[in-house]
Amino acid sequence: MNILVCVKQVPGSNNVKVDEETGLLVRPKTGNKLNPYDLYALETALSLKERFGGTVKVITMGPPQARSALEECIWMGCDEGILLTDRAFGGADVLATSYTISQGIACCGDWDLILCGKQTTDGDTAQVGAETAEHLGIPHLSNVVSVIDADDFGVTVRANQEKVVVTERIQLPCLLCMESEVNTPRLPSYRRKKAMGADCIRSLGLSDLKDTDPGRYGLKGSPTKVSKVFPPEKSSGRTLVNGTADELADGILELLARRKFIREGSWDS
Amino acid sequence: MFATFTAADLEALRALIPGRVFDGKAINEDYFHDELGTAFGVPDALVRVLSTTEVSQVMKYAFGHNLPVVVRGSGTGLVGGSVAVCGGIMLDTSLMKKVLELDEDNLTVTVQSGMLLMELAEYCNNHGYQYCPDPGEKSATIGGNISTNAGGMRAMKYGVTRDAVRSITVVLPDGDVQTFGSKVVKNSSGYDLKDLIIGSEGTLGIVTEAVLKIIPKPEYSVSILVPFSTMNDAISAVPRIIRAQVTPVATEYMSQDVILFAEEYLGRKFPTHASEAYLLLSFDGNTAEAVRHDMEAIADLCLENGALDVFLIDTEERSASVWSARGAFLEAIKSSTDQMDECDVVVPRSRVAEFIMYTHTVASEVGLRIPSFGHAGDGNLHIYLCRDGLADSEWERRKSLAFSKMYDTARTMGGQVSGEHGIGLDKKSYLRSALGERQIELMRGIKAVFDPKGILNPGKVI
Repeated sequence: MNILVCVKQVPGSNNVKVDEETGLLVRPKTGNKLNPYDLYALETALSLKERFGGTVKVITMGPPQARSALEECIWMGCDEGILLTDRAFGGADVLATSYTISQGIACCGDWDLILCGKQTTDGDTAQVGAETAEHLGIPHLSNVVSVIDADDFGVTVRANQEKVVVTERIQLPCLLCMESEVNTPRLPSYRRKKAMGADCIRSLGLSDLKDTDPGRYGLKGSPTKVSKVFPPEKSSGRTLVNGTADELADGILELLARRKFIREGSWDS
Repeated sequence: MFATFTAADLEALRALIPGRVFDGKAINEDYFHDELGTAFGVPDALVRVLSTTEVSQVMKYAFGHNLPVVVRGSGTGLVGGSVAVCGGIMLDTSLMKKVLELDEDNLTVTVQSGMLLMELAEYCNNHGYQYCPDPGEKSATIGGNISTNAGGMRAMKYGVTRDAVRSITVVLPDGDVQTFGSKVVKNSSGYDLKDLIIGSEGTLGIVTEAVLKIIPKPEYSVSILVPFSTMNDAISAVPRIIRAQVTPVATEYMSQDVILFAEEYLGRKFPTHASEAYLLLSFDGNTAEAVRHDMEAIADLCLENGALDVFLIDTEERSASVWSARGAFLEAIKSSTDQMDECDVVVPRSRVAEFIMYTHTVASEVGLRIPSFGHAGDGNLHIYLCRDGLADSEWERRKSLAFSKMYDTARTMGGQVSGEHGIGLDKKSYLRSALGERQIELMRGIKAVFDPKGILNPGKVI
């Protein structure tokens, strides 16, 4: 099975601050890193490669320094990286980003499965994966917690939907957005880093893509207008349940069921 | 011996510390033992103190009425040091959590002794500083750390608790309050009573406040996890690391079986568990280039000395997935058996590999499961004897035999009984064997000067 993983380079700290005056991200001193949510997709891809063979390629769109994110993926075990980088791609919203990635994917040879992370730690839209699949005209599913099985024609996956966990069979080629915390991503290998060849990563610009219409890319291809950027409100995540002992028990059961730690109705005796 | 604790004593204490003196069933059973639970004792009264003045008031009363007193922080000890084996008064310092001063000119933070290590770390981090000692048990109090001279994972580069304490406020057994040391960096002014109190496990005086050395928080840190085919290969690389021109912050060793216990205990996979043994090293500094240079120097050294690979831990997420598991090893081993006892022997760093191999021999000779992990970089090992369902008498027999063999061998290697957990009640006989009667007599002499009535933490250490 040949797998493509879409990744993004994000600020090195998860505590991203936004300048309230300018609306711009305040880049932390810690530099950049691979989007943590993408690590679960990478681990899924590398595990599938170990089970079923094939290759794992990784693709990203970003400035030239995003190459280091692809290098890290190679150190983790990926075979090849594709960097979509061009001044024309700058300032892209989710529509232009997903279109650019879909155009890049079209240059990546044969592939069966595309895996994405759930979202990124900087943009947080969780839309690019699904939109990329729409541009490519392939089926897609979000919140996937595991790929149970795979053959030449399809994959069987388990996905965490709003109220239920569903098991779905999806025909290949398809795109899956992996849920977070579904595995423990492997660590980058220093031995692979030392052995990595310069030809592991290739760059593609606008002129390399099939559609070279600049109006589809970057700021020009982005209908989204940002009126204000602000950090999300911090929540301590605490839920207080009040009442009698029975009410407390019911409240805790309801919470556990809502979070899917237990199945609704499974406590009835 | 000591006076019997009476209802009049209880009333007197309640008058001194209104609302925070408990007795009988009002004392939670957690106060009857420590983390490991090898020693048991019920205090007659539990006093939850808030200040040096309150500790002094209670000590004056106890001294005047010849009542034994045991000090307790979070109760995370492992050798019975904070258990009231003679009854009497238990002083709980866990409400004493105030930060009293942050002195950025002298780089010190002054805290009450009940502050938790994790609270201190967070406070320092929020202000751009680091308190360097990093014992694995983050819910221990700083007072508890001082009482055992706790070491932790950064000892290789930054030293142990004693190296980070500038000054302590101590309530003596008769209630007198003294300050030992000060904010000064150097001190050649007579016997160092501060350093004598540190590590004395609450037998000489009660530490109520501490002035601690802090450093500006290093801007960058990175860790590496290094797999080896065998534990011998892993530990054999350590002396070469020590000889290198780079000092890692931490050099921990861990075996595959302990990693698997941690996975089961935490319900979460470790990033790798395919190899028999691992070294976990960390590096810090103020530029990314310097830290990377140090890391790569040691990574190359490890590869030249038999490492199968070197895995990079360079983000918050990767760091959390590895170091949180490392922090849970003790609890993970504990959950793998019905009862356990521990040995935190410290040996010269050149003998660590030999000693770990010896624990495997002991396990086989005695018939006990003996997993271990620890600080390869400073020679301090955490070795756990697992009961695994043995009957009482057999457990005691095998445990005693295993401890005797290990402590005897450590001594012949130039080691010491405890690297950081202390002696408490459980390791007294091994300390006596290791140090000899003359040194124990010297310690008894010191105890008699500080505590002529012997009321402070009786029965512990010596």
